[in-house]
Amino acid sequence: MEELKGHIKNIRKNILKMVANANSGHPGGSLSAADILGVLFFEVMDINKDNAGGVDRDRFVLSKGHATPVLYATLYEKGIFTGDLMTFRKMNSKLQGHPNRNYVDGVDMSTGSLGQGISASVGMALANKLSKNDHRIYTLLGDGETEEGQVWEAAMAAGHYKLDNLCVVLDFNGLQIDGDITKVMNPLPLDKKFEAFNWNVIKIDGHDLDQIREAFKEAKELKGKPTLILAKTVKGKGVSFMENNYAWHGVAPNQEQLEQALKEVEAM
Amino acid sequence: MGKATREAYGEELAKLIVENEKIVVLDADLTKSTKTADAQKACPERHFNMGIAEANMMSAAAGFATSGYTVFASTFAMFATGRAWEQVRNSIAYPHLNVKVCGTHAGIAVGEDGVSHQAIEDIGVMRVIPGMEVYSPCDAAETKAVIKYVSTTKNPCYVRLGRAAVDDVYNEDEVFDFSKIKVVRKGEKVAIFATGLMVQQSLKAAKALEEEEINITVVDVCSIKPLDEEGVLEILKTHDHIITAEEHNIINGLGSAISDVSVKSCPKIITKIGIKDRFAESGPFEELLVKYNLDDQEIIRVVKEILKA
Repeated sequence: MEELKGHIKNIRKNILKMVANANSGHPGGSLSAADILGVLFFEVMDINKDNAGGVDRDRFVLSKGHATPVLYATLYEKGIFTGDLMTFRKMNSKLQGHPNRNYVDGVDMSTGSLGQGISASVGMALANKLSKNDHRIYTLLGDGETEEGQVWEAAMAAGHYKLDNLCVVLDFNGLQIDGDITKVMNPLPLDKKFEAFNWNVIKIDGHDLDQIREAFKEAKELKGKPTLILAKTVKGKGVSFMENNYAWHGVAPNQEQLEQALKEVEAM
Repeated sequence: MGKATREAYGEELAKLIVENEKIVVLDADLTKSTKTADAQKACPERHFNMGIAEANMMSAAAGFATSGYTVFASTFAMFATGRAWEQVRNSIAYPHLNVKVCGTHAGIAVGEDGVSHQAIEDIGVMRVIPGMEVYSPCDAAETKAVIKYVSTTKNPCYVRLGRAAVDDVYNEDEVFDFSKIKVVRKGEKVAIFATGLMVQQSLKAAKALEEEEINITVVDVCSIKPLDEEGVLEILKTHDHIITAEEHNIINGLGSAISDVSVKSCPKIITKIGIKDRFAESGPFEELLVKYNLDDQEIIRVVKEILKA
């Protein structure tokens, strides 16, 4: 447990450093998902340095593609990506602003245009069923992202085809780039909507490692339905001045802010 | 009269899906119209109806492709290339995934359904996407060959197919090389580059003109992208007058692709026959072709006018 917490701490620090170094990127929604990705990559998925290049393993789709810092930092922490994280968003780097599956092992789908990653996950889950591949598909969906109609097309298809090998985590931090999701375009209630599309819904605190772990376990055991883990999170989690502040959706900290942020994460 | 290209597509796909277990077919509630119902019948476990949800279908097709499958994703050309354009661009073309977007009911030959279903921009919006290949076969034999061909490559492709029955241009045993344009009639002075059902219209016009001792060249361009630039250049160099003919808006279709080659190394005046940047209407397809200047009479008129000048 302490080891996992250490990994997640490193992931958070690297998110902050990458975004500050690039002077661009999305820290808020990356920090909110750090605990989820930490548990997923270190305890749930059977991904490692040796199998990351193939598909005969659990796969992960970052449907909220703007949260690339959390994915790159996690793959780095896991030893799958061994390059220089500080090339993020720079010229000639494999670490594109939004992820490209052909550049980095462990990036299982190119995403960035909201709504498309969850549909690609549906295709992957259908493909695994067809080829009798028992590995699972994990997807991180944004809460603002659910305003995209395509998300509901995908939800309908996953429910229709009973894709119990698909587990979508909804990073419910309540904020999108223009503000509170209920004020911009209220997509709530999200649990009832997914349930209406024949999904199994599990509600958790997305920063409680035990709850995250338990939810993934329950999802894996449940047959006949896809699972949505509705994870209540805090945007900018771990950095006091970023927490619950939508202004930090897509803004980089300056040097002084970075130092303060790293100190706070260290003390978490 | 031969078959519609969509029918030939359905027949070939039904064959391929049995031969190749890595092929999957996705459709958006139009299986009987797009003719993927044939493949569904031949292999129901690898045919997926994704419902009336084209955006999800295209991104799901991409997900299938990342899992090692060759995916044929079909719906009407309008929705495949229009509604789901950004999914084709970002989910399929950017990661360069093995998805064959096969759009049926392309062009105004859809007929009575009218403008909302008449894709006259599809070639343009697909060829402008980096790495996306664009094929527009003219008849049953060419369609079968191109479908078989794209099933052997790993590249993202768009294949443009029609609703209406069209005359056969080729025999069943014709050999196709899609890296080359195909000179289907050798003449002199005037050459027409045609695609889709305009190949038949051009041949009809050529035959009529022959009786007046005007002998024109007709070239079938099935692979609009990648385009056989060398072959196009050869035609440009050996003819005085160039015409392009397509059942598509004159903007950004075959005519533009040929012009792109011309301006680079062999500047020519090119007369584009196509839909003149306007919406058409409902009606029987033969009458639409006449009204919107896509028939043999229009080609004859253009050729004569060019030669008079």
